[in-house]
Amino acid sequence: MDFSYTAGQQAFRAEVRDWLAAHVPRQRLASFDTREGFEQHRAWEHQLFEARLSMVTWPEALGGRGCDLVEWLIFEEEYWRADAPLRVNQNGQFLLGPTLMQFGTEAQKQRFLPRIASSQDVWAQAWSENGAGSDLAAIRAKAVRDGDHFVINGQKIWASRALFADWIFGIFRSDPLSDRHHGLSYVLVPLSARGVSVRPIKGLNGLDSFAEIFFDEVRVSADNLIGVEGQGWQVAMATAGFERSLLLRSPGRYQRTAQKLVQLYQRHRAGADRDPLLREAVLQAWMDAEAYNLAAYHTVGKALLGEQPGVEASANKIFWSELDLRIHETALRILGERGELLPEAPAAGDVDTWLEGYLFAQAGTIYAGTNEIQRNIIAERMLGLPKA
Amino acid sequence: MDFTFSEQQTSFRDAVSRFLMTEAAPEMLREIWETDAGRSPQLRAKIAAQGITGLSVPVKFGGLGCDDVDWSLITQELGYYCIPDSLADTACVAAGLLRGLGENSALAAEWLPGIVGGAARIAVGHPVNSLVADAHMADLLLLHHQGEVHALTRGEVEVELNPSIDQSRRLCRVSWTPGARTRVADAELGGKVWAEALDRGALCVAGQLLGLAQRMLDLSVDYAAQRKQFGRPIGAFQAIKHHLADVVIRIEFALPVLYAAAHALATQRSDRSLRVAHAKLACGDAAGLAARNGLQVHGAMGYAWETDLQMFMKRAWALDASWGDRGFHKARVADFVLSKDAPLGPGNVGDV
Repeated sequence: MDFSYTAGQQAFRAEVRDWLAAHVPRQRLASFDTREGFEQHRAWEHQLFEARLSMVTWPEALGGRGCDLVEWLIFEEEYWRADAPLRVNQNGQFLLGPTLMQFGTEAQKQRFLPRIASSQDVWAQAWSENGAGSDLAAIRAKAVRDGDHFVINGQKIWASRALFADWIFGIFRSDPLSDRHHGLSYVLVPLSARGVSVRPIKGLNGLDSFAEIFFDEVRVSADNLIGVEGQGWQVAMATAGFERSLLLRSPGRYQRTAQKLVQLYQRHRAGADRDPLLREAVLQAWMDAEAYNLAAYHTVGKALLGEQPGVEASANKIFWSELDLRIHETALRILGERGELLPEAPAAGDVDTWLEGYLFAQAGTIYAGTNEIQRNIIAERMLGLPKA
Repeated sequence: MDFTFSEQQTSFRDAVSRFLMTEAAPEMLREIWETDAGRSPQLRAKIAAQGITGLSVPVKFGGLGCDDVDWSLITQELGYYCIPDSLADTACVAAGLLRGLGENSALAAEWLPGIVGGAARIAVGHPVNSLVADAHMADLLLLHHQGEVHALTRGEVEVELNPSIDQSRRLCRVSWTPGARTRVADAELGGKVWAEALDRGALCVAGQLLGLAQRMLDLSVDYAAQRKQFGRPIGAFQAIKHHLADVVIRIEFALPVLYAAAHALATQRSDRSLRVAHAKLACGDAAGLAARNGLQVHGAMGYAWETDLQMFMKRAWALDASWGDRGFHKARVADFVLSKDAPLGPGNVGDV
């Protein structure tokens, strides 16, 4: 056990810190749930990519810089410390990217990964259907093989940022006679393909946060199949593992939010201390963010020794999502009656982005597999309890 | 940056675990706890033979010269197998305190070898605990008086036992008279060694609490898998699964806090007291939830004296307030978090 960074790691931190200090936009970008904000975020991603900082752990040949996971943690710490923009291509970069690294052919990696790193292609996830939410294996949308193509029919829902995205990674039923987890295939589809239509769905913030996608006789090349035809479930579970693990939600995010919560509390102690539970909640939020960070370093340490992460990704997802909710809930309580005000309201004062974060935190316990499903996974696969 | 244990550390832990599994079965502990002394010299001798009592003792006194990081794995085993107080107090806290008296301390030279052998039992009277655990059969007592450290033998003090709901506990009010002859460290040195003893005592308890949490979880999982209602194991019901999954999550996210605290104490990082306080709170939370949810999963059996769960549950309740209760440790966290310019945000892990 050794908590010291090497000279190389310290130099990397300094480089990232300096670069971000010079480049992070002073003005907050518009929400990436708007077209204007989406493109601003894409432009930011391009800047990151030019500095070889968009995907630091990826090989240089694929647009990264070959960093190890400790350096990734360092990068993330600096990124959140600098209040840099949210990652508009997080689905492509943190979910599809590692899935392609594991299941993609060499040609697929060369074709897709550099464009993900640069966000020339921004990706959305098209998994859920009206009848397939928590019960994902109930998928009905079809991708039927026709020579060297798949013909896709059906619809997907709750695809984040799909209104503005370029591509989706989807799971479709490729064997019409199959059932449940069998006969599914993991297929990449350009949203510009003929027969695709995208209908926006407004989220709690009133913006087009996600979309419903309709596929009508959409033909895509069989080159877009990831993994083995009919074994898409296995590929999807790898993606889900990335979604629940550290990759999507690194600890810097929560440490930074908890730090801001402490600062908010300090500014408003006179009012906040009328409710002693708020002080308690602030301290607990800080401790939990620390715990999440220490758990990340521990996980990374074990991963560097070759240990494969498993079911604990489910515990991870529950922990960050519930922590995020508690942090924002506490912040809004400290803000009191100003909590409901939008940032542009004349009386808003220092409401910052707490309300927006609170709204988004409501989704965290649902996306990436509801927390109820995660608790089932922990009970069944970690504790060995019988299936219902 | 390497936040993992060496193979040597984990294999020692595994050996200790295998040993305690056979030597500290619940039915045996119940028998020992029912005796007046509540302690078994035979069990202590076997534990010593495993090397556990020598863990913190420097090599020149026959020990293994290990540190708090090694202990953070072992204290979990002590908790898991419900090994009573005098072992951790003697082998970890008192050994650390004696080391703190300095290279030339005659007291340390006299007692450290006895700790390794397992024969010496040392009780530690830190002011954070108003009662002294296991003073009734201590060979040596290290006691606090106005910041100083005093060392007395059992014959030089009077003890009064205070029964606890945790049958393993032997809590004593100790009456004694300080004098120049009993003083082994003045208030200046004493201030340092008592502060370190507090962190170490709290860290030992944190590790035990986490071990207790894991034991209660395991007992509850076993019970949920074999107990049938409505024609199926109750563990197939989501309400039961979620109770137990919640315990898993608390344990998973308390473990790294415990290990980071152990590392901070072993390397004397400036934030060690904060890290220990956090560990004590997080491990206490895990044990508290494991007890509550474990009892609920056990149903009426959980309330029964004959069910082993109660041994671990009561010990978790008791330890949660020992070596600094919640208020004490939360105040330490608050002092740090609410202080000016505290390094609260991302990037605060590394040694500086």
